[in-house]
This record gives sequence, structure tokens and C-alpha cells, in this order.
Amino acid sequence: MSVRVFLVDDHALFRAGVRAELDTITDEVEVVGEAGGVGEAVAGIAHHKPDVVLLDVHMPDGGGAEVLRQIRTKIPEVTFLALSVSDAAEDVINVIRAGARGYVTKTISSQELVKAVVRVSEGDAVFSPRLAGFVLDAFADRPGAAPISDPELDLLTPRERDVLRLLARGYAYKEIASELFISVKTVETHVSSVLRKTQLSNRYELSRWATDRRLV
Amino acid sequence: MRRRRTGRVVAGVASGLADHLGAPVFWVRAVFAVAAAFSGIGIIAYGLLWMFVPQSTVAEPETDEDRKEWQQAVGLAALGIGVAVFTGLLNGAWSGWITGPIAIALVGAAVVWREADEAQRRRWKDGAFAQGKTGIVRTVAGGALVVAGVAAFLVVNDSVQNLSTVVLSVVATLAGVAVLTVPLWMRLVRDLDAERRARIRTEERAEIAAHLHDSVLQTLALIQKQSESSREVKRLARSQERELRSWLYGREVGEQPHSISVAIAQVCAEVEDDFAIAVSQVVVGDCELEDGMFALVQASKEAVVNAAKHAGVAEVSVYAEVEPEKVTVFVRDRGKGFDPDLVPDDRHGLAGSIRGRMTRHGGEVRLRTAPGEGTEVQLEMPRKTEART
Repeated sequence: MSVRVFLVDDHALFRAGVRAELDTITDEVEVVGEAGGVGEAVAGIAHHKPDVVLLDVHMPDGGGAEVLRQIRTKIPEVTFLALSVSDAAEDVINVIRAGARGYVTKTISSQELVKAVVRVSEGDAVFSPRLAGFVLDAFADRPGAAPISDPELDLLTPRERDVLRLLARGYAYKEIASELFISVKTVETHVSSVLRKTQLSNRYELSRWATDRRLV
Repeated sequence: MRRRRTGRVVAGVASGLADHLGAPVFWVRAVFAVAAAFSGIGIIAYGLLWMFVPQSTVAEPETDEDRKEWQQAVGLAALGIGVAVFTGLLNGAWSGWITGPIAIALVGAAVVWREADEAQRRRWKDGAFAQGKTGIVRTVAGGALVVAGVAAFLVVNDSVQNLSTVVLSVVATLAGVAVLTVPLWMRLVRDLDAERRARIRTEERAEIAAHLHDSVLQTLALIQKQSESSREVKRLARSQERELRSWLYGREVGEQPHSISVAIAQVCAEVEDDFAIAVSQVVVGDCELEDGMFALVQASKEAVVNAAKHAGVAEVSVYAEVEPEKVTVFVRDRGKGFDPDLVPDDRHGLAGSIRGRMTRHGGEVRLRTAPGEGTEVQLEMPRKTEART
């Protein structure tokens, strides 16, 4: 069964482009609807109940994070993949913390996008190299940082760090698995766990860091 | 917070406050009325809010409830004033002879202030500065009331204390003038503020327009001219994107870089421009650009150039991580790859400019490649100074 996808982007041209590409290159995903604004998106998602929402980060009226906030409580089974031109650290971290299962930039190739959609629909996380870099940086131990309140959430394990490093170096999951002598499934588990920590940790850096250091 | 325009009785302070607090307007009015009993605090508070809270720029739609509320409100306002006067008399702190003139002056001030609100509204509506005839009549009448109140106050007090009559009359007259001109001052201050904001907005817009014109529009023109060469179009688009990003997100450009993240971004940009490929870079952490780091950046550039020239790919990934004791850079492509043992001796790109540079500064180079498997160059440079993040 194909993955049902809903597109949210305020640029009609971009929506049309993604829709055309996804329709032509694969049967794995099927675009069931699209929306150009926050209100329209919330109504459309509630109506279509798609598997995956491709969500633009920058939109009027609160952007992707607002759509996430409104939908997550109502229909928790819908997963979100953020898709944006922005590489600004605060945007990336914000939308992840609002509940997106992954983040890719709009320059991603269509094949890669399909892979990412399928991956999040299966409950896994999708980290672009840049997102992996941001998260590594946010979880870095730096002198003067606030004391760790919850080590289970506020620290990455060495293995998670290894996986993130390889992601940031541009490795695919399969390559990471063979590099670290673990299974792809284990890589996915590590990435999901990092995503959970990014979303739940109340680490000071995760909220402050993005604005402090405009790393982009 | 804004003073309301519909459903107001005096100046819309109570309804505005009720909107702001999310409380029923009746209770807000009742509180004002009750507070008026305590030496007129309710009245003073109302006056201050009137002064400092701007009225709302749009009229709210009127409802049937508003009419009922309005009647109620008039009753409450009358009650408040009555209570204030009555308790003043009872306490004996204010004799009737003083309270009376002050009340007259306050009513006069209210008339003038209200007229000023009206004038401002007309100005919003049709940009007219001139006051209508009724407006002038109302202002003059209000002014007259204030003058009469002040005069009465003076006459009454004249008999009480002969000595300080001159001082008292000067103070009273000044107070009267101050009360009357409050709307004028507030308008001056607000206009000044609004004008300054408008100017800042215009300047910002002009700066954005100038920048877009110099960069984006020029690039779009170039792209249209060179639309046959997809390589050139890609290069232009990529370099414009980079430029726009650094402008939007406030990264320094064109300067001598001081930090390793900026330096790496800069060399990646140079290779992108020279070879029309995409170089995606991720930098974790940051540090100052001392000697060894400079060599590291140059070696990284050399590695990216090699990938751009020989790997035959459209994209190269660069990942740099700054750790307390060392900095590591990975340059990776998924291109042809090669057999390191078969590289002819006269090709010293990797040997000389990368390995030589790195070892001179105490760094290390590791190479992973095989034909058909892409290439990854790992550059590692120890840090001399302590971690500074």
C-alpha cells in the first residue's frame, strides 16, 4: 500500500512541483491533498488523515510549528516531515521540538525525498546532515553550560554520537550500519532515540543555543 | 490595551480595560465607581488611563447588548461621581466649597479631552485637521468650565488664607492649563513615535530593495542571458543562494575570517564557484583560526578541489567537528574513487598540498577510497589553545 502524503507549503509553485515529481517517479507515495496556509492545512489534514505531512517551516500565521501544535493533540497518528529552504538552526530545532519526525531541505532529490517519506511513515526519523550537525552541537558539552538535570534525556550516548557524526558526514543508514558493524535497524533505533531526546530534553542549550550562535 | 470606541460612556476606558482583562465590563465599571468613594481614587485612575491608553483605531461592531450596558454604565458613572462627592463631604477633608469648583473643573476637562478623542478620530477618518464648529464650541465650553472651576476655587480660598493667595492662584492656573492641554501633549508624543516608526520602516524597506536589486535581480538577469548553459545557471543560482542566505542570517562575508566555521564556509563557496558543484558543509562547534587551523582549512579546500576535479560528482560533503583537543574535517564524495597505490608520483595534490600541510603543523591525514566506492579524506589537527566555545 502506498504512503498517503499531504503537502503544506505557501508556495503553490513548489507544491505543484513536488506533486508532479512524486506522482511520476514512484508508486510508493501518493499525494492525497495540499494546503497553502495554516488553517487550510489543519482542516485538510483532519479531513484526509494522511500518513505523512510534508510541512513547510516558513508560512504566515505561525508556520509549520503552528500546524504541528494544532494537529498533534487532535490526530497524533499523523507523522510530519519538515521540508524547508531554511537552514537556520532555530527553525530546524523548533520544528523538530514541535514534533516533526525529520527535517530535509528543499534541495533534496526526489528519490531521496521518497525514501525519507517512506522512512518517517514507518516510524523512523530522518536527519539531514545539517540537522545532525545542529543536534550534535546542541548536545555538545561546553564549559559554563547549565548543569544536566536529567542525564537520560540531556546526554547522548557515545553510540548515538557516532551515528550522528556519520549522518553529518553524509552517510546513508546502510553505510553507517556497515561502518559501525551494527544493523540498519539498530541505526534507526539510535536515530529515533536522538530525535526523542531532542524533542523532550529541556536542556538549556536546545532552546537558547540556536539564537545565541547563528551558525548557519 | 486600547480604549474602546463603541459602547463607551465617557472615554471607553472601562470597556477597554474589560477587553484587556477578559472581565465583564460591568464589574470593571463597578470597581471604578466604588474606588471613587475613597478620596476619588477611581476618578483619578480613570483619568490617568484616559491619558495614557490610546483609543482603538477601528470601531467595534455595535450590538443590542451595548445599548443596555450603556444605560447601566451611565448610572454607574453618576453613582461613582456622587459617591466621591458625598464621601468627600462626609470626611470633612474637603469642604463643599472646594469639592464643588474642582468637580466643575474636572467636568470641563472631560469635555475637552473627549473632544480631542473625537478630533483624532476625524483625523484618522478623513485626514482632516480642522475641527468642526461644534468641536470648537465644545472645546471652548470645556475650557470655560475649567477656568470657572479654577476661579471659583480661588475665590473660595481667598477668604480662607489671605497670605498665599498669589502662590495659590498661580499654581491653580497652571494646573488648569496643564489639565486642558493634556490631549495636545499626548498627541504630540504619539505622533512623534508613529512618525519615527514609519521612518524606520521606510529605511528598512529601502535597504532591502537596494540589496535585492544589487544581488538577486542582477543574478536573475544573468541567468536569463545564460539559460542555455545549465552548468552556469546552476553555479549562478547556487552562489546567489549562498549570498542571500549569509545576508539574511547575518553572517560576515568578504572579510578575513576569524573563526574556523566561517573559513570553511568561505573555501567551500570558492570551490562551488570555481567548479560549479554543490558543496554541503556542516560544522559542529567553532574555534579561532590559529596557524594550524589555517593549514587545516587550506588542506580541506585542496581535498574538496580534488573531489570536484576527479570524482565526477555534483555534490561533495564537508563535515567539520571542533572538539576540545582537536579539530577533524571529513571531505567525502560518492564518486569514482581510486586505488591509492596506482597514483603516479608526479601527481602531488594529495601528497604535497594536503599531507605536507597537515604534517607540518602536527596534523594527520587518513584516506579511504577504492575504485567505484567514492573517497573520504579525514583531516585531523590538534588544537594548541584550550577549548573556547
